[in-house]
Amino acid sequence: MIEISHLTKRYGDFTAVNDISFEVRPGEVLGFLGPNGAGKSTTMKMITGFLAPTSGTVRVCGHDVQAEPLAAKARLGYLPEGAPCYAEMTVRGFLEFIADVRGLRGERRRSRLDDVIGRLALEGVLEQVIETLSKGFKRRVGLAMALLDDPDVLILDEPTDGLDPNQKHQVRTLINAMARDKIIVISTHILEEVDAVCNRAIIIADGRILADDTPQALAARSPSGRLDEVFRSITQGARGTPPATDAALEAAAHA
Amino acid sequence: MHNVAAIFRREFASYFATPLAFVFIVIFLILAGAFAFYFGGFYERGQADLAPFFAYHPWLYLFLIPALSMRLWAEERKSGSIELLMTLPVTLWQAVLGKFLAAWCFAGVALALTFPMWITVNYLGDPDNGVILAAYIGSFLMAGGFLAIGACLSAATRSQIIAFIFTVVACFLLLMAGSPMIVQVLGGLLPQAIIDALASLSFLTHFQSIAKGVIDLRDLLYFGTTIGFWLIANAIVLDMKKSD
Repeated sequence: MIEISHLTKRYGDFTAVNDISFEVRPGEVLGFLGPNGAGKSTTMKMITGFLAPTSGTVRVCGHDVQAEPLAAKARLGYLPEGAPCYAEMTVRGFLEFIADVRGLRGERRRSRLDDVIGRLALEGVLEQVIETLSKGFKRRVGLAMALLDDPDVLILDEPTDGLDPNQKHQVRTLINAMARDKIIVISTHILEEVDAVCNRAIIIADGRILADDTPQALAARSPSGRLDEVFRSITQGARGTPPATDAALEAAAHA
Repeated sequence: MHNVAAIFRREFASYFATPLAFVFIVIFLILAGAFAFYFGGFYERGQADLAPFFAYHPWLYLFLIPALSMRLWAEERKSGSIELLMTLPVTLWQAVLGKFLAAWCFAGVALALTFPMWITVNYLGDPDNGVILAAYIGSFLMAGGFLAIGACLSAATRSQIIAFIFTVVACFLLLMAGSPMIVQVLGGLLPQAIIDALASLSFLTHFQSIAKGVIDLRDLLYFGTTIGFWLIANAIVLDMKKSD
C-alpha cells in the first residue's frame, strides 16, 4: 500500500506539488494524468525517495520513505522518466548489477533474472551494449530493471513515451499481466493508456489533484463520454483558461 | 558492504568498457617515464633511485586525476542514471564510497604499471627499496586526495568539462599552498599563523616528506583526513544537487 499524506514540494516560490493526499491499494493500477509540468514526475520522485518533500509524508508498504528509505526502496520498482541506464554496460551486466545491489542470490537470483529476461524478451540482446539498442529495447531494459526484484510497488514514469504503437501495446500487456497482486502507478499524458491499463485515474494540474475516479466514471462526466474532453475541461478550467478556447480555435480554423 | 562492492565493481568495470582506461594508462605511463628521463635526469644523476620519477607525480596527477574523476557524478547527473542509482536500496554513503574506491583502485592500477621503472633501477644499481615503497604509498595517497576533491566537484555539476577545470584549479591551489608564490601573495594580507596553517595543507609538502622514505603518521593522517573531508563534502553536495 502507498499512503501519501499532505505531500508538498516547493522550489523557491514555485509550488510543484501542492498538498496532495491519496492512497493506493494492491490490485490498483493508478493512472497519474496531467499536462506537462503538472507535478506528476515530482510526485513520483517523492514516492520513490529520490526527492525529499518540502512537507508531508509518503509511506510505502508501511515504511516512511524519508525515515526508512532502504526498507521502502527495497519494496519499490521504479522506471524513471526516459528510462535512464548505464549506457556503456551490456544488458546482462546491467541486470546483474541491479541483482547485486538488490541482494539477490542463488536460486532466486537465477529465477528472477530468467523471469524478467523472458518476460521482456531480452534474450537476443543480453550481450549487447545498452547504448547500441533501439529506444524500445532500452525501455524494456528499464522495465526489466524495475521488475527484477518482483517489487510490491511499481512506479512507472511515462513507460510508453516515445515507443511505437506495437511497443506501447507490449508494455500495456505486460502491465495488465502484473496488475492483479501489485500496486502500479503509471504517469502519462496519453489518455488511451488510461483506458487500456488503469482501473483508477487521478488527474493532476498545477500540483493539485483535480479528479480521482475510475476511468469510466471520469469519462461519463462528459456528455460525449470521452475521457479527453473531461481531461481538457478539468485541467484547463484549473488554469483559468476559458473553456471556450477550443470553440474559438475551431471558429478561427473555419474562418 | 555488499552494496559498496557492487557499485565498486560496476564503476571499475565501466572504465574498461570505454577506451578511457587504455588512454589514461598509456598516457600516464608515457608521461611518467618521459618526465623522469628528460626533466628528472634519471640517467645523468648517476644515482640508483626513483626520486626523479616521483618528483613529477604531483604535476602529472594535477591534470590526469581530474580527467579520471570528472565523470564520476557529472555523467550520472547528465544521463539521469543518478535517479536510478539513488532509488535503488543503497545509501548515499555506499554510492559515494563505492565510486571513489573504484576510481582510486584504477589510479592504483595505473601506478602499479610503472613497475618497469622499479625493475630498471634495481637492474642498474642497488636502490633503497624501502624508500621506493614509501614513495609509491605516498603517490597513491596523493592520488586518493586528488580523486576525492575531483569526486566532490564532479557532483556539483552536470558538465564534465566544468568538473575537470574546477578540480584542476582546486588541486593546483592545494599543491601550491605552501609554495613561495602563494605565501608571498598572501603574506601581506593574512596573519602569519593562517599562512602557516595553509602551508601545512599543501599536498606537495606531505607527499615529498613521504617520498623521502619517512612514513610519518602525521602525513598519513593528513591524506586520510583530506580524503574523508572531501568525501563528506561529496555526499552533502550530492544530496543537495542530485535532482537539479
